[in-house]
Amino acid sequence: MNKNDVLVRLTGIGKDFDVSPPLLNRLMERQDKVLLKAVDNLSIDIPKGKTFSLVGESGCGKSTVARLTVGLYRPSRGSIVYDAIDMATLKTQAQIEPVRKRMQMIFQDPYASLNPRWRVSDIIAEPIRAHKLISGKSAIDQRVAELLVQVGLAAVDRVKFPHEFSGGQRQRIARALASQPEFLICDEPTSALDVSVQAQILNLMKELQRQFALTYLFISHDLAVVYHISDFVGVMYLGRLVEWSDKRTLFQRPWHPYTRMLLDAIPDIEMSGRQRIPVAGEVPNPIHPPSGCHFHPRCPYANDRCRNEVPAPIQKDESNVACHAVQEQRLPDVAVTGEPADVTTSG
Amino acid sequence: MGDTTNAQPLLQVENLRVEFPTRRGTLVAVDDISFHIDEGEVLGVVGESGAGKSLTGAAIIGLLEPPGRVASGQIIFDGARIDNIGYEKIRRLRGNQIAMIFQDPLTSLNPLITVGRQLTETIRTHVSVDERAARERAIELLNEVGIPAAERRVDQYPHQFSGGMRQRVVIALALAANPRLIIADEPTTALDVSIQAQIITLLKRLCKEHGTAVMLVTHDMGVIAETADRVAVMYAGRIVEVGPVQDVIRHAQHPYTHGLMNSIPVVRHDVEQLKQIDGAMPRLTDIPSGCAFNPRCPKVFEYCRDARPELVDVGATRAACWLYDDTRRAGDTT
Ligand SMILES: Nc1ncnc2c1ncn2[C@@H]1O[C@H](COP(=O)(O)OP(=O)(O)OP(=O)(O)O)[C@@H](O)[C@H]1O
Ligand SMILES: Nc1ncnc2c1ncn2[C@@H]1O[C@H](COP(=O)(O)OP(=O)(O)OP(=O)(O)O)[C@@H](O)[C@H]1O
Ligand code: SF4
Ligand code: SF4
Ligand SMILES: [Mg+2]
Ligand SMILES: [Mg+2]
Repeated sequence: MNKNDVLVRLTGIGKDFDVSPPLLNRLMERQDKVLLKAVDNLSIDIPKGKTFSLVGESGCGKSTVARLTVGLYRPSRGSIVYDAIDMATLKTQAQIEPVRKRMQMIFQDPYASLNPRWRVSDIIAEPIRAHKLISGKSAIDQRVAELLVQVGLAAVDRVKFPHEFSGGQRQRIARALASQPEFLICDEPTSALDVSVQAQILNLMKELQRQFALTYLFISHDLAVVYHISDFVGVMYLGRLVEWSDKRTLFQRPWHPYTRMLLDAIPDIEMSGRQRIPVAGEVPNPIHPPSGCHFHPRCPYANDRCRNEVPAPIQKDESNVACHAVQEQRLPDVAVTGEPADVTTSG
Repeated sequence: MGDTTNAQPLLQVENLRVEFPTRRGTLVAVDDISFHIDEGEVLGVVGESGAGKSLTGAAIIGLLEPPGRVASGQIIFDGARIDNIGYEKIRRLRGNQIAMIFQDPLTSLNPLITVGRQLTETIRTHVSVDERAARERAIELLNEVGIPAAERRVDQYPHQFSGGMRQRVVIALALAANPRLIIADEPTTALDVSIQAQIITLLKRLCKEHGTAVMLVTHDMGVIAETADRVAVMYAGRIVEVGPVQDVIRHAQHPYTHGLMNSIPVVRHDVEQLKQIDGAMPRLTDIPSGCAFNPRCPKVFEYCRDARPELVDVGATRAACWLYDDTRRAGDTT
């Protein structure tokens, strides 16, 4: 990938959470500090104007990566470079502010982000006022109306309260767009939506991306949604990135044994008779993760090397994979091809 | 359990109507719906946001928030009406026999109390066991819903869990009392596929082994496809289609169900735009006359605006659509 095309570069980032029992107990029971490595040595490049998605089991660290990327958490290790600016070098509020407003986050928790006592216009105008983007009431009103229309709502909706009309996620997107960001971090933006609204929101997000050349970091546990929206997909397991590539390669020719398990666990809406294979084995304890390759207790290809040595990512065909078996070429190639048929009768 | 064919259903909802009186008139959020759930059966309930799914669940367990109220209809649980019993009785039923898993895990968890305490308190209000046994049961439940290192996690606070883990804790709380009916409102929405598969396996096992009945509200058709025996599709406070899950998914009869099925993205299926049903579900204040779906329906015809269709047998499902009424369609010119 050409260096100039990269908008966001995460290099070897890590985030530890202190999950020790309270200090006093610790002293009395002579325990050490307990750290949870929520993100461990993770590197990704997010190209301008593209969508990079993260997938992986609950608790694998996706939201933590999102929060690190927007600066809600400070990384314990590694660097975050945004459009050639190393975020660690920004110290003062005045330095951080201009960069922060270029990125916006749309959250996972649908109940957290819209204040029910504020009118829609105030909710959307808030970032405009906070970043002092526009001044003057009528200019702000006009901008709010414009944003509402952009996300498929009506300008008159601005006087309403959030609960007075459907389209909560559109309101959130309008709010996120208010500071004219170029990078949106979307943490499960459609997971609380029903499928018909989800389709509208995904179509809207693609449309906005085209129109404003937006770059997305997208997080979802719905692999079909990820397939639809993404250009690139990274698979996380217990804080580490285990495989990443362009989306077609990842879904059609997955290499990492965990990626393959994840794809096998996709719910079968066609009910073609294929038995959904739940990911085998226990979800390991992130506080004391397995040695070597974190996936080894659940992996059918694990050997002694896997138990002792952390696999480094290598390039394998079109994909990037961190797996000893792949590197040792003892993993069978399983290309999945063919498009599934339509799920319903046509009509 | 033996032969269940002529046993009465565990839950029967008849002509349920939920209203909100307002200054400008009465809003009807759930409009005359009827359905049943058998012991050991999973009924999936799908439909657009605001269709009335959660209110239906809340009405069943007497948790409608005023001014919302059951205006008419009956709710029969295990042969007895429960829509007109007192607060104390319904509260006890809710604790012991009917459990609710809410859409929003944060409303069910107290942020100031460890997960373990919340579980042991629930366990001890339902079963008479000592603190130690309750704690063991709590850890067992956390294990059952797939929380790793449950012995340690049990002493942590909700904010120390990831979103998906919190939801699993909520599910563990609901299971604590061994309920006969579980009303699960979007229980797997925040979960990834592998945990989803675990939770679904767990729910299915409960149904099979303990005859637990489940009303599963979700918009995830994948989950419905794998878990539900039958599925009811709601639109604007009405059930517009209901039937065996295979038939509803594969041979949707109602145009709304059909649109819903077509808007689902599919892995390895490249499309630039998803097929979407344009527009939004009407607000309660302006539900269109006739068939409420008519402004968005690609098959709308004259008669649809005049009268409201009722559920009729169509193939293997039941659908509320004038397309299936030959006498009405005859008058149509298209
Ligand atoms: N503030 C915190 N303190 C301690 N541990 C935390 C904190 N935030 C997250 N964690 C832990 O870090 C790990 C990663 O959490 P994160 O929320 O990033 O997961 P996720 O992949 O987004 O999961 P989900 O799909 O469930 O949202 C989990 O084990 C979680 O319990
Ligand atoms: N207190 C209230 N006052 C007025 N209307 C209400 C109230 N509570 C709910 N409603 C309305 O009742 C309708 C049905 O709400 P309900 O929560 O049952 O929808 P739902 O199908 O569960 O949707 P979702 O998928 O978003 O959870 C909605 O239009 C909602 O706006
Ligand atoms: S490194 Fe070893 S344990 Fe890890 S995924 Fe590859 S084969 Fe399996
Ligand atoms: S009754 Fe008419 S408007 Fe309603 S779903 Fe059927 S065809 Fe469409
Ligand atoms: Mg998350
Ligand atoms: Mg609901």
